[in-house]
Amino acid sequence: MIEVKNLRKNYHSPKSGKYAGIGTKDNLEKGISLSVPKGEVFGVIGPDGAGKTTLFRILATLLLADSGEARLSKWNVVDDYKEIRKIIGYMPGRFSLYMDMSVEENLEFFATVFDTTIEENYEFIKDIYQQIEPFKKRRAGALSGGMKQKLALSCALIHQPEVLILDEPTTGVDPVSRKEFWDMLSKLKEGGMTILVSTAYMDEATRCDRIALMREGEFIAIDTPANIIADYKQTLWSVKGDNLSSMLADIRDFPQVQTSFAFGDEHHITVDQNLTKSELSNYLSDKGYANVSIDDITPTVEDCFLALTNEEN
Amino acid sequence: MGTLKFLIEKEFKQTLRNSIIPKLIIGYPIMVMLIFPWAINFEVKNIKVSVVDHNNSVYSQRLIQKVDASKYFIINNITSSYNEAMIDIEKNHADIILEIQPSFDKNIVKSKRADVMLSANSVNGTRGLLGNAYLSQILNDYSAELRSELAHTGVPSRQKMSFISTIPQYKFNKNLDYKVFMIPALMVMMVTLICGILPALNIVSEKENGTIQQINVTPVNKYQFILAKLIPYWIIGFIILSIAFVVVGLLYGIWPAGGFLPLYVSSLIFIIGISGFGLIISNYSATLQQAMFLAFFFILIIILLSGLFTPIASMPKWAQIVAHSNPLSYFMEIMRMIYLKGSSYSGIAAPLLSLLGFAVGFNMWAVLSYSKSNN
Repeated sequence: MIEVKNLRKNYHSPKSGKYAGIGTKDNLEKGISLSVPKGEVFGVIGPDGAGKTTLFRILATLLLADSGEARLSKWNVVDDYKEIRKIIGYMPGRFSLYMDMSVEENLEFFATVFDTTIEENYEFIKDIYQQIEPFKKRRAGALSGGMKQKLALSCALIHQPEVLILDEPTTGVDPVSRKEFWDMLSKLKEGGMTILVSTAYMDEATRCDRIALMREGEFIAIDTPANIIADYKQTLWSVKGDNLSSMLADIRDFPQVQTSFAFGDEHHITVDQNLTKSELSNYLSDKGYANVSIDDITPTVEDCFLALTNEEN
Repeated sequence: MGTLKFLIEKEFKQTLRNSIIPKLIIGYPIMVMLIFPWAINFEVKNIKVSVVDHNNSVYSQRLIQKVDASKYFIINNITSSYNEAMIDIEKNHADIILEIQPSFDKNIVKSKRADVMLSANSVNGTRGLLGNAYLSQILNDYSAELRSELAHTGVPSRQKMSFISTIPQYKFNKNLDYKVFMIPALMVMMVTLICGILPALNIVSEKENGTIQQINVTPVNKYQFILAKLIPYWIIGFIILSIAFVVVGLLYGIWPAGGFLPLYVSSLIFIIGISGFGLIISNYSATLQQAMFLAFFFILIIILLSGLFTPIASMPKWAQIVAHSNPLSYFMEIMRMIYLKGSSYSGIAAPLLSLLGFAVGFNMWAVLSYSKSNN
C-alpha cells in the first residue's frame, strides 16, 4: 500500500525563476496526493520532466521531500526509511547493477545484502530469472538491453518485496521484451505485490489497474484507464490520406477543427459537434489531397492526455 | 558484520577482476623503489666547465687539473678568450666559466692573493648554484694547499699560518646518500596515492554509474558501505608497503633501523587519515572528472609542501604553516626517523600524535559531509 499526501519537492532556482520537481505549480500547501491499495499495478504516465522520477526517488527514500508525507505500508519514508528499504524493490531508470560482475554474482550480491539467498527465493523469481539463467556466467555489462532489464528486475525482487517501484522499466527495450515485461508484472501482482511503475509510453497505460497522468509536477487525472477514456467528451476523428505532413497544417486552418495531432500514419483531430465528415473531406479534396479517409475512433490514453493538457492551457 | 564481509568480498572480486590494478599492486612499489631513488637525486654531477686561462702558468695548470680531477666537473674547453667561453655557455656546452687572471701566478707568490672569476649559467638554478659552491670549495682547497707549500719552501712569510680543517661527519646517513633520504619519502607518496585517491575514485565511480542508488535502497548502511570501500585499499596499501620494504632491503641494503612494528603502526594511522581525506574528496564530487581534478590539485600541494623535495625549514613562513598542517610531512618525518635514525615510539611521539589528530579530523569531516550530501 502506498499513501502520498500533499507531497512537494521543488528544484526551483532563484536565478532562472523556473520551477521543476513535483507539486510546484499551485499554492504551497497543496502538493500532490496519491493512494495505491495493496496488490494494484499503478502507472504514472507522463512526458520527460513531468516529475515521475522525483516522486519515485522520494518513495524509495533516496530523496527528501520539501513538505508533505509519504507512507509505504505502515512506514513513513523519512522516519522509517530503514524499514522501507527492507520491503521495497526499486529499479532505477538507468541500469544500475555492477557491469563488471556476472549475472549470477550480481544476483547473489543483492541476495546477501538482504540477508537471503538465491535458493530461498528461486521459485519467486524463477519466471524471470530462467530467461537469463543460460547467461549467468556472463558479465552484466555484456548483456542486451532486454536481458539487463530482466536481471535488474530479478535483483529488485530477490528479497520478495511488498512494494515494487519501477522507474521507466521499458524505456529502450524492444516491443517483444516490453510485452513480456508487462506479463511478468501481471503475474507478480497476482501474488499480492503492490507495483508502482512509470512510463512515457502511453500505450502501456492499459496494462495498469489505475493510472495517474502527470504533467509539470502535477497529476492531471487519476483513474482506471477505462474511466479516463470514458471521460473523453470530444468528437475524435482520425484522418488518413496521402501527403500527411502538409495536410496537418491545412487541417489546423479549418475553423471548426479544435486540435489536431500527428499519430504515426494518421492524424487525430477533435472537431466541433456540428461538423460532418463530408464537409472536412470536401475541404481536403479541394486542397488537392487524394485518398482522404475520415473515421470515428475511440480515444487512446494519449488522446486523453493531450486533451487534458489542452484544457489546462 | 556479515554484510560487511560480503561487501568487502565484492570489492575484492571487482578489484582483482580489474585489468590494471592487480598488476599495479605488484609493479608499482617495485618500480618506484627501483627507479626513483636514482632519478630523484639532488646531487649535481658532470658540471661542464669552460676555463679561460689568461695566465697559462704552472699554478693555473695545477688549478685546472684539480678541477678536472673532481668527480663533479668535466673540463669542456680551455681557451684564452672569454667570448669563446661565453659561446660555450650559449650553446649549452658549458655550465660554468672559470676565468684565471693574467697575473695569477705572480699575485700568488707576491701577495698570496689571486683572483679568479666564476660565471655560472643559472638557467637551471640548482646546477648553477651548486656548481658554483663546489667550485669555490676546490679553489679554497687549492689556495690552502698553495699557502702551506709556500710556507714550507722558505718563501719569506711574516705571518704564522694556522689551518683549520673541518671534517664533516654525516649522522644517520654516513655517505650523505640521497637514495637513503628519498626512499622513506617515496614510500609515503605511494601510500598516499593508493590509500587516499583510489578508494575516493572508486566511490565516485559508483555514484557515476548509479550503482550507489541501488545500494542505498538496500538495508546496507553508509558506514558498512564506506568501510567496505576502504578496507580493501588499506590491505592493498600494506601489501605495497611490505613489497617496498623488501625491495629496498634487498636492493639497497637499507632496513628500517627502528624495526618494523613502529613502521606498520604509524603507517596504519596515516593510512586511516589519508583515506578519510580521500572520502572528503569523494563526497564533494559527483563525477570522476571532478574527483580526479580535486585529487590532483590537493596531492600536488601536499606533496610539494611536505618536505619531500625541499626541507620544510628552508620554506617561506607561509609555506611552513601549510607544511605543518599537512599529514604527509609528519608521516615523512616519522618514516625517515624510523628508517634512518632508528627512533622508537618515544622519538616519534609528537608527529605520531599529529597524525592521529589528522586521522580523527579528516574522518569526522568525511562523515559529516557525507550525511549532508546524501539523506
